[in-house]
Amino acid sequence: METPPLSSLYQQLILEHYRNPRNKAELEEKSVEIHMANPVCGDEVRLQLRIQDDQIEEAKFVGQGCSISQAAISMMTTLLQGCSLADAKILAECFTKMMQGDPDAAKDKRLKDLRVLQGVSKFPVRIKCALIGFDALQEALKTHAREETS
Amino acid sequence: MTTATLDPATIRREFPALEQSINGRPLVYLDNAATSQKPRVVLDALQAYYENDNANVHRGIHELSRRATVAYEESRAKVAGWVGAAEPSEIVWTRGTTEAINLVSTAWGLDNVGEGDEILISVLEHHSNIIPWQLLARRTGAVIKYIELDEQGRWILDELPRLLTDRTKVVAISHVSNALGTVNPVKRVAAAAHEVGALVLVDGAQGAVHMKVDVQELGVDCYAFSGHKMCGPTGIGALWARRDLLDSMEPYQGGGEMIHFVGRDESSWATVPHKFEAGTPNIAGAIGMGTAIDFLSGVGMDAIAKHEHELLEYALERMNAVDGIRIYGPQSPDEHSALISFTLGDAHPHDISTILDSEGIAVRAGHHCAQLAMQHFGISATARASIYLYNTESDIDRLIEGLEQVQGIFA
Repeated sequence: METPPLSSLYQQLILEHYRNPRNKAELEEKSVEIHMANPVCGDEVRLQLRIQDDQIEEAKFVGQGCSISQAAISMMTTLLQGCSLADAKILAECFTKMMQGDPDAAKDKRLKDLRVLQGVSKFPVRIKCALIGFDALQEALKTHAREETS
Repeated sequence: MTTATLDPATIRREFPALEQSINGRPLVYLDNAATSQKPRVVLDALQAYYENDNANVHRGIHELSRRATVAYEESRAKVAGWVGAAEPSEIVWTRGTTEAINLVSTAWGLDNVGEGDEILISVLEHHSNIIPWQLLARRTGAVIKYIELDEQGRWILDELPRLLTDRTKVVAISHVSNALGTVNPVKRVAAAAHEVGALVLVDGAQGAVHMKVDVQELGVDCYAFSGHKMCGPTGIGALWARRDLLDSMEPYQGGGEMIHFVGRDESSWATVPHKFEAGTPNIAGAIGMGTAIDFLSGVGMDAIAKHEHELLEYALERMNAVDGIRIYGPQSPDEHSALISFTLGDAHPHDISTILDSEGIAVRAGHHCAQLAMQHFGISATARASIYLYNTESDIDRLIEGLEQVQGIFA
């Protein structure tokens, strides 16, 4: 399979987030923390959320990895500040669909800057990099829901 | 007699997989430490075996079984010769280096290592020479100690007299590091280990591939290696161990082929090496590995080592001139096997690998199954370019061009 041009992968906004990640810090008061790692390539994230009344009050992360994984997590956390749990779930599902190549998902304006990562879906070995942050988010939402009901 | 030099252009024609383009550029394959490409003679040998001689070994009385058995055992003799074994029965076929190490850590380890005993390995080891020993330590209560690394990824041996004690039962070390390319002073450590009565096992996955290995000269007890890194098929490898050691060990797995007589309560074992080869083996793989050895012998290991060394010197010189590069491992080519582990500016190794791939250049990016070595340098990953007999100066030039692309994108 022919690889599409690199310009569809390494967009300036991605490199900018990689070098200046937003919300990269430890959260002091957190309701949930999820550690996710890809043992194949070493990408790693600890996603921390403070949740109150079904709303994400604050989202921060600590992690390391390639430009794609770190930029995706950085962009994701900017959208999660003040986001309702229901909207966060929709965001995660929509982004995952975009990574699976769904063209409609890629047009969803709710993804905002995250849409620059659409090009990653054409690089099959890198899709996991883009998804690691949202995988952690989905895990965090599930964990939170379990803790709420117990 | 082998010739002193080799012509990579001629050799390349023997490798069908090298004759392709990736992303519109001729493939530059620099991921040889992961697995090598296969010459046509090896592919033909696999096909010929299945087309003409396919039968189970050491079982049937019929003609096909005889042919398969002869070819299989001839390959064992070739492998024995390859590492300087005293006799072919000192070679046990395995799936690869990993299984060979697990065989020793289990079959020998469980009977010879006890609570409070010590296992000495190095921080440089591949996970396949760490985890089997951690599993053994967990089951026996033994303690693992480590040979530490200096800033160039070389063993610090000043501490060796303190690390080796009368509790040291086994020293398990790599011949050549897959993560950094360090050629380790195995002989020196083996001699010291024997002074305290420890068994010495060598992970030779990156050793027997690039250089002539003589286990007698190295003075070790076990040497584990894989076929697929030396032009052979995947799923086949070998354990060399001293005959008296193999004789003293209990079987690793039970099944067909490894028995002498089976009774209701007690059974007896076949002689070495069959005692360790339960079940139908990878017959085609064994024959393919024998053919790979014929191929490499035909080219000449001295010629291969010389070619790789020259290419390594060229690559080190050109790569050292790249702005923002950091090369891990020994600076001197004489302590360095033909692989270069590096990072470039703030570009993550995966990004380096993706950009190089878009130019048709295959390198490895990641921790190389050597997380302890990565931790030593405080990093999580490197990019790794590894050289073999068919690589050329032009491959290195293409790599440098690719690295310039990386610099452009991450400028």
